[in-house]
Amino acid sequence: MNMDDILLQEAIERYLTNQMPEAERAYFDQLRTKTPEIDQLVVEHAMFQHEMDFYAQRRNFTAQLHHAHANLLQQGKIQDGTEVSTGGKLIQIFHKYKRVTAIAAAVGGFIAMVISGLVVYFSPVNQNQLVQLSKDIEVIKRNQQYQGSLLNEVKSKIPQNAKLISGGTGFLLDTHGYLLTNAHVLKGSGAIVINSKGEEFNADILHIDNLRDLAVLKINDSEYNAPRALPYSIRKSKIELGEEIFTLGYPRNDVVYGEGYLSSRSGFNNDTLTYQLQISANPGNSGGPVFNGQGEIVGVLSTRQAQTEGVAFAVKSGYIYTMLADTKAENISGMEKIKLNQKSSLRGVERKNQITRIENCVFFVKAYSK
Amino acid sequence: MKGDINEQALLKGLASNETKAIETLYKDNFGMVQTYILQNNGSYDDARDIFQEAMIALYEKAQSDSFVLTCQIKTYVYSICRRLWLKRLQQLGRYSQPVDNLEETVGVEEEIEDHEKRNAAFAIMDRAMGSLGEPCKSLLEGYYIQKKDMQQLAEMFGYTNADNAKNQKYKCLMRLKKLFFSQYNIGE
Repeated sequence: MNMDDILLQEAIERYLTNQMPEAERAYFDQLRTKTPEIDQLVVEHAMFQHEMDFYAQRRNFTAQLHHAHANLLQQGKIQDGTEVSTGGKLIQIFHKYKRVTAIAAAVGGFIAMVISGLVVYFSPVNQNQLVQLSKDIEVIKRNQQYQGSLLNEVKSKIPQNAKLISGGTGFLLDTHGYLLTNAHVLKGSGAIVINSKGEEFNADILHIDNLRDLAVLKINDSEYNAPRALPYSIRKSKIELGEEIFTLGYPRNDVVYGEGYLSSRSGFNNDTLTYQLQISANPGNSGGPVFNGQGEIVGVLSTRQAQTEGVAFAVKSGYIYTMLADTKAENISGMEKIKLNQKSSLRGVERKNQITRIENCVFFVKAYSK
Repeated sequence: MKGDINEQALLKGLASNETKAIETLYKDNFGMVQTYILQNNGSYDDARDIFQEAMIALYEKAQSDSFVLTCQIKTYVYSICRRLWLKRLQQLGRYSQPVDNLEETVGVEEEIEDHEKRNAAFAIMDRAMGSLGEPCKSLLEGYYIQKKDMQQLAEMFGYTNADNAKNQKYKCLMRLKKLFFSQYNIGE
């Protein structure tokens, strides 16, 4: 690096921060007018200086924010989930797990914030799509209100003062009331499940597997009549590209049927945990079973691609077996009794009859927190 | 109205980095945002991230002399957080049904757009800083962010005199500018 360059750089910085004596400043002004290269450098540095000031200001303010957060937390003026009243042992495990992920999230959080800002900036923003989404939310909001009034009429089993946090779909794993859904559906401390006839049942959260985004609930309600046998089985092995699939779920209060096909053996960003499906899926479909034509569950619908219409991802059904094996190895109580059905009785049955038989085993899951 | 005068004072305090104003704003608005995020599929960490991002947006707005808030601070912060969070959820492609508290909201599309532009500029500088390596990074951070003078920096880094430290600082600065502009021009 040239010594002159360094001197020039220093001069420009002093010039822009008004640290030049009068005479030197006049000389430098003259130099600027006569030498376009230097003039260009000054303009460029002014721009840089502006960005640097902004950068420094934001970094300092962010530090102040962190400080304020820690201070208020210590004074007990805000909470951030570090002290949670614990109901049962299983809930405790859930919260313990949550804290571990919280640490990871805290580390990643800042980086993610910066990157996501950048991604948004560089990717073409589709204004229509954004408008569309907010419209959807308005509709959902109205649905929620409606739902709220309806629930009040029939005396909901959600405890009083509890707040609904999230909703999704779940399906029976066996004949003893064990249900499977997505981990991200169960954000709260408790849940109720509703069958396709609109009957509500209390359920306990037994196990949350954030890694695979799977979770197990058990219906714990005297009013619940378990079916004698499940019509479907859960497939251990993988399925083939192009295979036809269908799903049942609760994007609204009524159960909704959807069909499509397997479009890739791996999911978003080559994630091998999931399949990519071509199917129309909506908020509330999370945790829903994905069946193949023979009535075997091949996956659990979990996410969709925001930008592309009709692309969804499902956790491969084989991971249900892996999760259950893990819980057995870890001796998580209440889980050892789950026996998965090995044979589907829906083979060769007409689709609409398949659905009638499956319908009773698919539930609307609502998670709440007290 | 008394409320408005109070809010104006708070914003002024915020703009000039007063700890008391920042903590008051934090205390008065954080809980509301946290409840909203937790109800909508988010974690406590998400709530803190989103809230702090909204505070940054408000802070940077409040810096400009022409800034006039046409609604309550609470409404503004809530609206920004709600928009940021819905956007985040959309990026994640998660689906649970959004729940709304039916709080009052205002249109913040423009604010979000400005904020994202600033985020992008920030990220470019941050990456340039990150790929600078030591001791350049710490030296420049000391000068531009912690606002230390060259004498202090020379002592901190063990240079024999301020001039040597200055020399080093300019070498580092030129590298940083190169890194910065290589990205900045793409962004234009």
